[in-house]
Amino acid sequence: MEKKVFQCHKISEGVVEGEAVVSKDDIMFYLIDPKTGTVIEPGHDLEGKSIAKKILIFPSGKGSSVVQADGIYQLNTKGNAPKAMIIQHPETVLVSSAIIMEVPMVDKVDPAFYDVVKDGDIIRVDADHSVVEILSE
Amino acid sequence: MKLTQEQQDMLDGKYGKGTAYAMKIQVAIGESFGAERMVPITRAHVALSNQEADLWFAEKLLNAGARCRVAPTVNPGFCLSFFESRNMVSPEYADLMQRTHNAYKGLGAVLSYNCTPYIDTNVPNYGEVIAFSESSATPYVNSVWGARTNREGANSALCAAVTGFVPEYGLLLDENRKGNILVEVQADMRNDYDYHMLGMMGKKIGNGIPVFTGLPKHISKEALRNLGAELNTSGAYGMYHIVGFTPEAPTLEAAFGGKEPERKVVITNEDLQEELKKISLEGNRQIDFAMFGCPHFTLEEVKHIAERIEGKKLQKEMWILTSSHVKEMAVRMGLDEIITQAGGFIVPDTCPDQPCWGHLNGKVGITESPKCAYYPQRRGIHFVIRDLDTCIEAALTGEVK
Repeated sequence: MEKKVFQCHKISEGVVEGEAVVSKDDIMFYLIDPKTGTVIEPGHDLEGKSIAKKILIFPSGKGSSVVQADGIYQLNTKGNAPKAMIIQHPETVLVSSAIIMEVPMVDKVDPAFYDVVKDGDIIRVDADHSVVEILSE
Repeated sequence: MKLTQEQQDMLDGKYGKGTAYAMKIQVAIGESFGAERMVPITRAHVALSNQEADLWFAEKLLNAGARCRVAPTVNPGFCLSFFESRNMVSPEYADLMQRTHNAYKGLGAVLSYNCTPYIDTNVPNYGEVIAFSESSATPYVNSVWGARTNREGANSALCAAVTGFVPEYGLLLDENRKGNILVEVQADMRNDYDYHMLGMMGKKIGNGIPVFTGLPKHISKEALRNLGAELNTSGAYGMYHIVGFTPEAPTLEAAFGGKEPERKVVITNEDLQEELKKISLEGNRQIDFAMFGCPHFTLEEVKHIAERIEGKKLQKEMWILTSSHVKEMAVRMGLDEIITQAGGFIVPDTCPDQPCWGHLNGKVGITESPKCAYYPQRRGIHFVIRDLDTCIEAALTGEVK
């Protein structure tokens, strides 16, 4: 049986379950529509897809030093923020936004995770115990 | 992370709840990056944005009694007096700006409202440990001045200004300041605008610290400002090197710390042209306005525009965004009068991504800055991107070829 539990490293605390959405591109939360959670950045890997209440898996953040915080804040106030974020390249702007907005975030997930995870998988992120688990596909 | 007694006291609330909250956030950031200790800073710059999250966080700190130990300079929101006197802003948005102003004033910030502190209002020395947010500022102070800051968010920089410390990790440490991507620029770098386009190559360059070769011997402060601004529009970069130009890259070997580059990238004229097609509206059209100053224009750029439009009449509105210092100098030197008579405006203390630009919703602008075109998309404002002289010509004729 495939391995379903993966070690990771905590960035922002919390434990949540939700549906995975995977982005190849870095994410700038400002160009996500807060009312729907839909990515509106032209040419983005997730253009037209919603990240609302999902477990968002993406390489890193991009964009200016204020728009990540405001983007996540606006999504949060409309109830459309991601439930958790799983990233590969932590950077301060994104990390501090997640901590302040209290969205669970982890990085350094076992590379085997990336071989199997796909859109729609149900995932459990336990940042407090540094574990990510794929519950069902 | 090991804290000093003073830092622990801050965390435990002996310096008040606001300082304790700021320290708690910074410790969490430090731990997520594996920092071993906190180190003092001598300067800070906060990318105030006058957005709801910005105000929410600044007021949260203020209401908890926080006050900045290291008074930070701040980014622009919009100039209340300019837009209120012209009836260009609703009471709701004027109130937002007033509250932002009051919150940062209460926190003890330097109310510079300028996004180019590294040129205008807050210039660090070589080796200084500082906390700078604002995406064009971080790469400039690290790369050009050789100061040391991580790519702070507006909120983490504000926490650092409050506590006077930052967790020590990333670009604060020698070993993390070496380049890992060789970027050989074959494109013709003819003017400051070309550095905007070079900065937009983030997707091709990839994650890391780029080391540029093939650039001209002299590179202007405006070109360096543009390069950093766009590297952080197309990606997330805290630092770059330019071999034989920036202080930590006297040679290629020094730039890479004696190691081989992990990646090699070549940037050609074709790369820049292809990128322009992706990010700019098509040309051959009427435009409604021109906007410059994202990041803020320098006095030299204001002078350049004034010389080209002196005695002429602009067909379309031209907005030139600057620091209050550059605005004042432009007034003294008669440049403001020339631009006003032609039908343009020099606007101090203001950012393109602000609610004061409601009258531009649905209109088509022209700008030389991809960053200026990128963020206001959300406000229904779209741009043609061209070099500065083409933009000036378009404002004079009302159309772009």
